[in-house]
Amino acid sequence: MLKDITIGQYFPGNTIIHRLDPRTKLILVVVYIAALFTAREWLSYGVMLLVTCAIVAVSRISVRTLTRGMKPLVFIICFTGVLNLFYTTGGTTLFDWWIFHVTTEGVKRAVMMVVRILMLISGTFLLTYTTSPMALTDGLELLLNPLKKIHVPIHEMSMVMSMALRFIPTLIEETDKIMSAQRARGADFETGKLLERAKALLPLLVPLFVSAFRRADELAIAMESRCYHGGEGRTRMKQLRMAGRDWLALFSGAALLALIIVMNVYGL
Amino acid sequence: MPKQPIIEIEDLHFTYPGDSAETLRGLNLSIEEGSFAAVLGHNGSGKSTLAKLLNAILLPTSGKIYVCGRDTSDEEHLLDLRRSIGLVFQNPDNQIVANVVEDDVAFAPENLGVEPQEIRRRVDEALKTVGMYEYRLHAPHLLSGGQKQRVAIAGALAMQPRVLVLDEPTAMLDPLGRREVISTVTRLCREQGMTVVLITHHMSECVGADRLIALSDGTVTADGTPREVFSQVELLRGEGLTAPATVRLLYALRKAGFDVPLDALSVDECADAVAGLLRRAGRL
Amino acid sequence: MESVIRTENLTHVYSRGTPFEKTAIHDVSVEIHPGELVAVIGHTGSGKSTFMQHLNGLLRPDSGSVYVDGEDIFASKEATRDVRFKVGLVFQYPEYQLFEETVYRDISFGPRNMKLSESERDERVREAARLTGVGEELFERSPLELSGGQKRRVAIAGVMAMRPRVLILDEPTAGLDPAGCAGVIRNITDYREETGSTVLLVTHSMDDAAKIAGRLIVFHEGTIAMDGTPDEVFSRQRELVEMGLDVPQSAAIADALRARGVALPASIYTSRSLREAVLDLAGGVAPC
Repeated sequence: MLKDITIGQYFPGNTIIHRLDPRTKLILVVVYIAALFTAREWLSYGVMLLVTCAIVAVSRISVRTLTRGMKPLVFIICFTGVLNLFYTTGGTTLFDWWIFHVTTEGVKRAVMMVVRILMLISGTFLLTYTTSPMALTDGLELLLNPLKKIHVPIHEMSMVMSMALRFIPTLIEETDKIMSAQRARGADFETGKLLERAKALLPLLVPLFVSAFRRADELAIAMESRCYHGGEGRTRMKQLRMAGRDWLALFSGAALLALIIVMNVYGL
Repeated sequence: MPKQPIIEIEDLHFTYPGDSAETLRGLNLSIEEGSFAAVLGHNGSGKSTLAKLLNAILLPTSGKIYVCGRDTSDEEHLLDLRRSIGLVFQNPDNQIVANVVEDDVAFAPENLGVEPQEIRRRVDEALKTVGMYEYRLHAPHLLSGGQKQRVAIAGALAMQPRVLVLDEPTAMLDPLGRREVISTVTRLCREQGMTVVLITHHMSECVGADRLIALSDGTVTADGTPREVFSQVELLRGEGLTAPATVRLLYALRKAGFDVPLDALSVDECADAVAGLLRRAGRL
Repeated sequence: MESVIRTENLTHVYSRGTPFEKTAIHDVSVEIHPGELVAVIGHTGSGKSTFMQHLNGLLRPDSGSVYVDGEDIFASKEATRDVRFKVGLVFQYPEYQLFEETVYRDISFGPRNMKLSESERDERVREAARLTGVGEELFERSPLELSGGQKRRVAIAGVMAMRPRVLILDEPTAGLDPAGCAGVIRNITDYREETGSTVLLVTHSMDDAAKIAGRLIVFHEGTIAMDGTPDEVFSRQRELVEMGLDVPQSAAIADALRARGVALPASIYTSRSLREAVLDLAGGVAPC
C-alpha cells in the first residue's frame, strides 16, 4: 500500500534526458517554470504543451507513470479549476445561478490554470523520474556552491537531503512492518471515524521515531568510521561534466523562454 | 621474524557516561598483523564497546589502545587512525549511505580526498574482492542481507585499511548470508593478509580463526586457538556460551571415562575420534 | 484429526502488474493440527514469512483460501478481524514495535482491542508476563528503558496476552546470544504446555527446530519442499544444504559416523540423542 508511492522516485534509463547533467536539468526546470508563468494566451500555451509532450516522449517515461504520480494531487487541481471557473469576471456570461457566474473568461482561465498545473507537475516529475537522487543532490550542491562564500552550509544541506532520500524506502518498509505488527494485535487502521483512525496512527509514530533515531545514531557512527568529516577536502568519484548536449539543451531552454516572453509582449 | 602486533590494548577500562558499572575492566590484548582473531562473548560482555574504542568512536576511560602504533586518543591523527581500521557493523541497513552500491563504496575514499580515477580503481577492486562487482549499479535496499554486508565490507576495504573489525556482522543474516560473510573475511585474511577481528556470539563462526578470545563482563576469560578455548566446555557454559556439538560429544565421552581428544573441532575430526575409540574397544 | 489451520492452494504475488512482480508463494496447501509444534524453515525470500502472514489474515491471497477452525477467514470483514485474536503473530525483531508508555499498557494492547473486561485484561497481562519471565516490577517502566532481551520478551508477552489458539513466531531468537535464545525457546514451550496451544515457529536455527519441533515444514522458492517429522526431514541432508539451509551439527556428526561404519540408529539430530547413542555403543568398554 505505502510501497506504491511514486513521488520523487527515479526510473533508471539511458535516454538523452537521463544523460543530461543534473545541473542542466535543474536550470532547465527553473527556466521551464518561468516560461510557464510567462505564457498568457492560447498560442504560447500550445507551444509549452508541445515542448512538454516532446520531452515526455524523448524520456520514454510512460504517460501512465506520470498520471499515477499525479493522483494525490487531483483534489488541488480540481479545486483550482473550479475556483477559476466561478470567480473570474469578464467576457460574456454563459451561466448564472445564485452566487455562481460562469463567463467565457472564467472557462478560459480555468482550462489554462489546470493545464498550467498539469505541465508544472509533469516538468518537475520528469526531473526526479530521470535523475538519480544522488545526482540531483550533487547537482544542487554544485549549483549553490557560490553561497558557501556567505557561510550557507550547502554541503551539509545536500548531505542531509541525500541521506533522507536514501532512507525513505527503508522507513516506508519499516512503517509497513510496524502497521502489520499492530494489526496483528487487533489495531484497526481501516474502519471508524476520521478521528479514530487518526488516533490509531499515533502508536505508529512512537516506534517509527525511536527507530529513526536509532538508525540516525548508527549511521552517524558508520559515517565517522569511514572518515566522514564534513565537506572539507572531499573529492568525488563521479565528476560532473557539462557535455555538448548540455550546452545545446541550455541554449534551447533559453530560446524557449525568449520566445514565450516575446509572445507575451505581443499578447499571443 | 616475529610478527608485529597491529593492535595493542593496555589495561583498558571503560565506563559509559552516567553508568555506574564498568563495561570493560582492565583489558590487555595484543593482536598480530595478518591474523584472524575472533572475539566471542554474550550480549553485554562489552565486545561491541571494544569495537567502537578501536577506532576512537569512544575513548578509553583509562588505559591505552594502539592501532598500527598510533594512540587512539591522539586527536590530531584521528583520520589516519580511522583509515587504517575498517569497521563493519551489525545492521546492514544503517551503514549504507548511498542509493547506488558503487557510490556507497566510494564514500570513504571521497571523504579522504582521493583522486577520482584512484577512487574508481579502488571501488572496482573492493567490489571484485567481495564478489559484488556485478551489482555495482544496484540499489542497496534491494539486496539480500549477506550482499549488503559484503558491500559494507567493500566500503571499508576502499579505505585500504590494515585491520578489518566486524562487529556481529552476521547477527541479522540467515545461514546463507552468514556463510557468505564469513567466507569473504576468511579469504581476505588468508589471501590478502588482512588482519581480521571478528566479534560474534556464534561459536560456529570462530572455528576458522587463528585465535579465539572469550570476553565476559569486560574481561578476557579465555584466549587461545579455537581448539584450546572450545575444549574448556565448563568454562564456556558458565559464560552463557556453548561449545560446538562436536566438542560437547567428546566432552561427554571423556566424562564417562573414555580417552578421546577434546580438540577435534570439525565434524570429520570428531567422527574419526569417536570411530577410533569404538574400533579400539572392538565395537566396530 | 480436525485441523486448526488449513490452507488450500494459497498463492500470493507481490507488485502484480509492475516490473517488480514476484510470486512469493505458489499453490501452498497444508494442514496444521491442534497442539502441534511446527518449525517452518527456509532461507530469506523462500516465502515462509509471506505464508505466515496469510494465516491471520494480514495478507490476502491472490488465489486460494485459509480456514481457521474450519471457517474461511476471508469470508467477511468480521471473520478477518476475529482471526487476529485466534492466531497470534509475533513479527521479527518485535522489540522495535513497542510503543506504549509502560510495559503493562503495551502487553495489554491486544486484550484492549479484544474489548475484554478490565479484570480479564489484568489476568491475561499477568499470565503472559509470568510465562515470558517479565517481572511485575517492570510493569510501570517504559519499554524503551529495558534491555534488548527484556524488550523481546515484553513484545512476545503482548501477543501471548491475547491467548491465541495458534501462536506464530517469526524468528523469535534472531540476534540473541545463546543464553537469550534458550530463554525465549523455553518461554514458547512453557506457553504451549500451559495453554495447549498450537505453535508455529519460523526459524533459521536447525538446532532449535531439532530440539523442540514435532514437525518440520521446509519452504523453498515459494512452495513446500519438505513436510515431515524431524527424522524424515533431517535424513535429507544433502537437499537441505543445496537449498542453502543448515543441518543440525549433531545430525551431521551422526551421518559422518555412519559413513565410518558405526551402526547408529536413524533418528539422531540433537546433541542429547547423539550422546546417548554413542555412549550406548561404547557402553561396555572399560575406561582406560
